[in-house]
Amino acid sequence: QIKGTVEVEKVAEETRIVLKNVGEIDPTRIEEYIARDGYFALAKALQMEPGEVIEEIKRSGLRGRGGAGFPTGLKWEFTYKASADQKYVLCNADEGEPGTFKDRLIMEGDPHSLIEGMIIAGYAVGATKGYIYIRGEYHSSIEILKKAIEQAYEYGFLGENILGSGFNFDLKIRLGAGAYVAGEETALIESIEGKPARPRLKPPYPPTFGLFGKPTVVNNVETFVNVPRIIMNGAEWFKKFGTDSSPGTKVFSLVGNVVRKGIVEVPMGVTVRDLIFKFGGGVEGGRKLKVVQTGGSAGTFIGPDKLDVPLDFDSYAKYGVSLGSGVILVADETHCAVDLALAVMRFFEHESCGKCTPCREGTRMIVNILERISRGEGKKEDLDTLREIARNAGETSFCGLGQSIPVPLLSIVDNFEEEFRAHIGANKCPVG
Amino acid sequence: MVKSKEELFKELENFIEENGYEGKKDALIQVLHKAQELFGYLPADVLEYISDKLDVPLSKVYGVVTFYNFFSTKPKGKHQIKVCLGTACYVKGADRIFERFLEELKVNPDEPTSDGMFSVHGVRCLGACSMAPVVMVDEDDFYGRVTPDMVPQIISKYKREG
Ligand SMILES: NC(=O)C1=CN([C@@H]2O[C@H](COP(=O)(O)OP(=O)(O)OC[C@H]3O[C@@H](n4cnc5c(N)ncnc54)[C@H](O)[C@@H]3O)[C@@H](O)[C@H]2O)C=CC1
Ligand SMILES: Cc1cc2nc3c(=O)[nH]c(=O)nc-3n(C[C@H](O)[C@H](O)[C@H](O)COP(=O)(O)O)c2cc1C
Ligand code: SF4
Ligand code: FES
Repeated sequence: QIKGTVEVEKVAEETRIVLKNVGEIDPTRIEEYIARDGYFALAKALQMEPGEVIEEIKRSGLRGRGGAGFPTGLKWEFTYKASADQKYVLCNADEGEPGTFKDRLIMEGDPHSLIEGMIIAGYAVGATKGYIYIRGEYHSSIEILKKAIEQAYEYGFLGENILGSGFNFDLKIRLGAGAYVAGEETALIESIEGKPARPRLKPPYPPTFGLFGKPTVVNNVETFVNVPRIIMNGAEWFKKFGTDSSPGTKVFSLVGNVVRKGIVEVPMGVTVRDLIFKFGGGVEGGRKLKVVQTGGSAGTFIGPDKLDVPLDFDSYAKYGVSLGSGVILVADETHCAVDLALAVMRFFEHESCGKCTPCREGTRMIVNILERISRGEGKKEDLDTLREIARNAGETSFCGLGQSIPVPLLSIVDNFEEEFRAHIGANKCPVG
Repeated sequence: MVKSKEELFKELENFIEENGYEGKKDALIQVLHKAQELFGYLPADVLEYISDKLDVPLSKVYGVVTFYNFFSTKPKGKHQIKVCLGTACYVKGADRIFERFLEELKVNPDEPTSDGMFSVHGVRCLGACSMAPVVMVDEDDFYGRVTPDMVPQIISKYKREG
């Protein structure tokens, strides 16, 4: 039995900006955070005009670490410019992407960096209330954050007239209840309102119409943690890391058949090969690499031919390799492509909220066909049917969950077309 | 000590009052969390009580309860064994672990054993993927790098504890 759920062994070549305090401080003691320049960025931001804070974040080029990579400064500006009697800042800590546990590591290792980032966001956009929406399963994250919030109130970083600036900000925790789709920002908003987490139609986007219909900033945990770093050191400093279009670092999780499983933080633009072989120590048991899924369930399956693609928010558009939430899932040669496809598609089927037909029925049909292929009862036309259902779901589904169905499915079918065909008509899997 | 139903209701009432949740529709999920923690599941009378207290129609309460995987209207085992079936665990053989638990305890997924001691649930990623395959028992007992052979040991540990 293992106490504590995340391992934080640091790999020598890492560039730790987001994780700079993780493993270095006692997360239950605000004093240790303060001793490492904690809440200094907040003090600095409070002396700037809100517009200046937004300008700094815009210039840094920070993009959303939840997966979609939307420019954070621009998002804040939408909310800043919207006029309303109440605005909100929400942290998306629902971290549901299988294989992803970076947000958990941050919350359990350095909760105050998240809190500080949220207060700065609140000041910048003119919001006085914030919520952190955490997966209900993350018991230790919840406990640590609760304690950290209490301490931040005691020290006057939360509450009324923060550091004598006249700015007020209140922060509360809301628990998720086990639905992957609740991580979609509008579904998350519905859930905080006490309703089933069914996505809303976008636009309007949350920055102008969010929680209780008010302008709302929603950002991922890792996004918020970058904020105090940028305010402290400046946009120019931040842009020295990463690629032109995606400055900064990314926190990756290395999982599956890789030797050193865990979390690494490295500059954007790192290759999948370096992540697996340099940081991850290679494939377990010296076996051969078969396929890597990057970006999470909704991400792409890539073969060994694409290991040298530099990963950032544009690598999907440019090379068909998604960054997403930063998961690198390694599967070695002992795995069967049909089984992998089935595992991912069963997940989609289970997590489809059922609101729209292409996603609800599409995932069901895809799983049925894959099960049939897996049993050796596939039909010749099955692969074309799979592709058609996936494309249709991608084009007509209501939210990002259904829209991303074709990404993993088409990439695995295209990469392993022969293996899929070998199952069809055979009643035995060629891999075993 | 097992608490009586009245005591549990009293605790739930205190929770609602302390947090100022009375008549607050948006507090529904937070209150359901607390209720499930107290009662172990969400029986009909508890849902009626919550519906009343928060002023949310019962049908809406049921809508929320059935939407989220976390909530259950049926009793679960005293010890809940959650086997992660997320992708990272899957490639490390999680399905075999899951099957083994079902075999050892002779149960169907999500149903309690006849003595009420255990229930086995297949769950999504638990955020501990570096230790895949992962099993979580109750709220906080994590087991990592589980092999099918470890399954009987894990079960007997909780049998001893009762
Ligand atoms: N971290 C995790 O656990 C998971 C992450 N994901 C990621 O989620 C991503 C999809 O997220 P979505 O929110 O559906 O993407 P999206 O493209 O609809 O939105 C991305 C962000 O940009 C904002 N935005 C986009 N256009 C805007 C506009 N015109 N005005 C104002 N704001 C605008 C949205 O409000 C949102 O915050 C995928 O890339 C996937 O990688 C998916 C599942 C789990
Ligand atoms: C099905 C689905 C699940 C999602 N789950 C998460 C999640 O768990 N965490 C997260 O930060 N973003 C998640 N997102 C993305 C959010 O909708 C949103 O883009 C993000 O929170 C914005 O924050 P960012 O700009 O800081 O990335 C999900 C999107 C979809 C479509
Ligand atoms: S695409 Fe799927 S998850 Fe999204 S609204 Fe439709 S049914 Fe629900
Ligand atoms: S996939 Fe099992 S803990 Fe993440």
